[in-house]
Amino acid sequence: MERVNYIPQMTTELKNKLNISVNGIEVSCGTESRILDALQRAGFDVPTLCYDERSGPQGTCRLCLVDVEIDGQTQQVASCTAFAADGMKVETHSDSITEYRKTILELLLSETSSPANCPRCLYLKKCDLHYAAEEYGAKWDAFESLVPREKASDDNPFIQRDYDYCISCFRCTNICNDWEQVGAITVEGRGQESSISTFFNNNLLESPCTFCGQCINTCPTGALTDRKIIGTTSAANVERTKSVCPYCGVGCGIHLLTEDGQIRGTEPDFGAPSRGSLCVKGQFASWEFVKSEERLKYPLLKEDGVFKRASWDDALNLITSRFTAIRDESGPDSLVLWSSARSVTEANYLMQKFARIGIGTNNIDNCSRT
Amino acid sequence: MAVMVGKGAMTNSIEELAGADLLLVVGSNTTEAHPVISLRMKRAVKNGAKLIVIDPRTIELTNWATRHLKINIGTDIPLFNAFANVMIREGLYDREYVENRTEGFDELARHVELYTPEYASEICGISAEEIIATAREYAAASGKAAICYTLGITEHSCGSHNVQSIANLGMLGGNFGKPNAGVNPLRGQNNVQGASDSGALPTDLPGYQKIERPGVREKFEKVWGAELPKRRGITKITAMDQMLRGRVRGVYIMGENTVISDPNTNHAQAALEATDFIVVQDLFMTDTAKLADVVLPAASFAESDGTFANSERRVQRVRPAIEPVGEARTDVDILLDVMGRFGIAQNLQTASDVWDEMRQLSPLFSGITYERLDAEGGIQWPCPTEDHPGTPYLHKDEMDSGMPGYFAPVDHIPPAEPTDSEYPLTLTTGRRRSTYHTGTQTGRASGFDLLVPSELAEINEFDAEQMDLVDGQIVTISSRRGSVEVPVKITNRSPHGTVFMSFAFPELTQTNRLTSDAYDFITETPEFKACAVRIDRIAPLQSDTIIAGDQDQS
Repeated sequence: MERVNYIPQMTTELKNKLNISVNGIEVSCGTESRILDALQRAGFDVPTLCYDERSGPQGTCRLCLVDVEIDGQTQQVASCTAFAADGMKVETHSDSITEYRKTILELLLSETSSPANCPRCLYLKKCDLHYAAEEYGAKWDAFESLVPREKASDDNPFIQRDYDYCISCFRCTNICNDWEQVGAITVEGRGQESSISTFFNNNLLESPCTFCGQCINTCPTGALTDRKIIGTTSAANVERTKSVCPYCGVGCGIHLLTEDGQIRGTEPDFGAPSRGSLCVKGQFASWEFVKSEERLKYPLLKEDGVFKRASWDDALNLITSRFTAIRDESGPDSLVLWSSARSVTEANYLMQKFARIGIGTNNIDNCSRT
Repeated sequence: MAVMVGKGAMTNSIEELAGADLLLVVGSNTTEAHPVISLRMKRAVKNGAKLIVIDPRTIELTNWATRHLKINIGTDIPLFNAFANVMIREGLYDREYVENRTEGFDELARHVELYTPEYASEICGISAEEIIATAREYAAASGKAAICYTLGITEHSCGSHNVQSIANLGMLGGNFGKPNAGVNPLRGQNNVQGASDSGALPTDLPGYQKIERPGVREKFEKVWGAELPKRRGITKITAMDQMLRGRVRGVYIMGENTVISDPNTNHAQAALEATDFIVVQDLFMTDTAKLADVVLPAASFAESDGTFANSERRVQRVRPAIEPVGEARTDVDILLDVMGRFGIAQNLQTASDVWDEMRQLSPLFSGITYERLDAEGGIQWPCPTEDHPGTPYLHKDEMDSGMPGYFAPVDHIPPAEPTDSEYPLTLTTGRRRSTYHTGTQTGRASGFDLLVPSELAEINEFDAEQMDLVDGQIVTISSRRGSVEVPVKITNRSPHGTVFMSFAFPELTQTNRLTSDAYDFITETPEFKACAVRIDRIAPLQSDTIIAGDQDQS
């Protein structure tokens, strides 16, 4: 067993580095870097469909092949699996490599339905497969189309499974089995016949699936997508705002998806320390409450036991006069303020400052005990 | 823990857990309450680490555990004292570390002499051999053993003693101030760390600066341009008692569903009703808001600018993605307005201005700026200067307090409300992965009713048989304070004699009508994890009272 003692890098500076040359440009990387890591860190665009840094290299899609010159000899290696070596010369886009990638993509495309109907491309953003296909000019109908895989009819409300777009990269099963260690999905069959399935071909709701949504986020095509978003957005107009999941104390990074000023869903932020991880709440429950019809929309004052709509001015003036009156009658310690572990730190700061110099009491607490 | 080593926060980083040689997880249902942290634990096991789970329930994480100590509810202190006993008796503790970095070892050694594995075994309900083996494993992983705990430790009337007994073990093993180690409380809510960081505490100003410490108030008074009250304030728990006595007459509640989330709902409700004036600032008309005189519509996190601090002390930016709904305003905006009406002159307009004032006053965050957060992502405090990279793990060269780590000899205190013939079962409350807290958020997400349709009272097969209950049957669960109706779920996850419930479905089941008033005498954290209850059948059993989708996975 290979032991991985990962400690987050404290600085961007590398302690032990080696130098490689990429397309004639000098690039530094860590001594135990794979070539693809070094290329991506340095900003070189090398396509890959099967690689997820969390599951490690698979070497199955072969798209990340690069030319490497070692001892005067040029070899083609999968950059996701091969380690960088000092003085190595790498070419990422030689003519032969480019042609090779195009052919691989055309073979993959022949296993899938038309790019025109890809759910990820239509509603979220260009998927990795179709992005690469466009970049390399790979045509969908260059090879005879293989019989598309059957659609999984799975009416769970979270994960849409459309294996017409599956390219058998196995990122979803790797994430589910190795990273999440949930084991809800597996590869069934061999070679051309292989497909993604649950055990006994059950629906996901009857499987051990926790609906963390990691399979849909690692999927490089439209095979697995967020059913709550699909059909409600258009890839061209959807905007992303970096934020943090509003549930537990782990603080996973998310992107809030919006269109026309409306919130439409979330995606994990792969650049955050949480490395793209989310659970069922962050993936599927972190935004619908925001647009709930039950949200309070204007201030309310209670009159004779019934809430009536009020202006902000009236509401805040009432707070000022009542709090001032109670303080004057019974002293500042007859008032308490409870701040919120759900609100931003800045609001909590203001609340305690208000208690201390506005009211004149240290009777400020937050919900950290419940 | 703050009294022993300086700061009551996760000593290490979440990602570091994956690199530990041994993880000791106690009172934390991690796969349900902190699913993403559990991934790092599972990865550690995959890397060859030992995972010891200490929990009365057979929680999901035990599937990955190399050892599960199924102790009786509320018997953590005798267990941890017994671990210390074994490590000291067998000379397995980190002598050099204890000598150089701690104080009070001799007192601890004398104190835990009584807690032999055999003695603890009787209280905890596990074998002495298991206790000895666990202590040896923990000692063998010295310097690379991480302890994680959650509310299963703190939500007891002896919560702070629980924590101290755990920290004792951390110091004996030499595990403070090293990567992939430490003692790590996993925080429950997204910004519970930030709320405390910001000084929303009755005893602390921002950055954990004690109100009563000389020189602290003066520093704030200078910047705030006003005098500060000298006497420490009261906690929520005390405040509610004071409300019933008429001494607290008004309350301003921001974003908290006190009535549902606090223990003993009837008591909390009566306390609030006894006041003259209540302001609630929230997203929804919660049960707490219903009691208010003024309800202010607040913006959600998706509509707000600011920061959250997570469990590993990492400050991260939250950004507005949309405009607030209706006339709702952000908490920052509302409070600035209110403060203006109270005549407080301050030159603050935005969340960023507020943060800058806070960091200027607290060395803990001085080096964290919005610009850096945007460019670098989250930064972990302490971060004293703008060129400081942040701190992945605390207590590196010395304890954060600047003093030696103090061992705290503590004794076993049983839960405040023991079971008896009238209330023979122990209720323990907690979380489930797909529901959250009082359900104001998850209750509004479509499809989640398919995952957990309603509150369920989880009871053991043996108990169910004794009481003649079937899966899905609705029963009445009562404590000395109130009762609720709820379907039972028969599962051997719960040990004999216990009932497990969450509190995420307040429309139908207000679990905290049952929970007790008892709380830790130091932190005033309520004892949510143990109170005495009874179960009564509702006769006759009607088929339409069984919640759909909850019948034995048919």
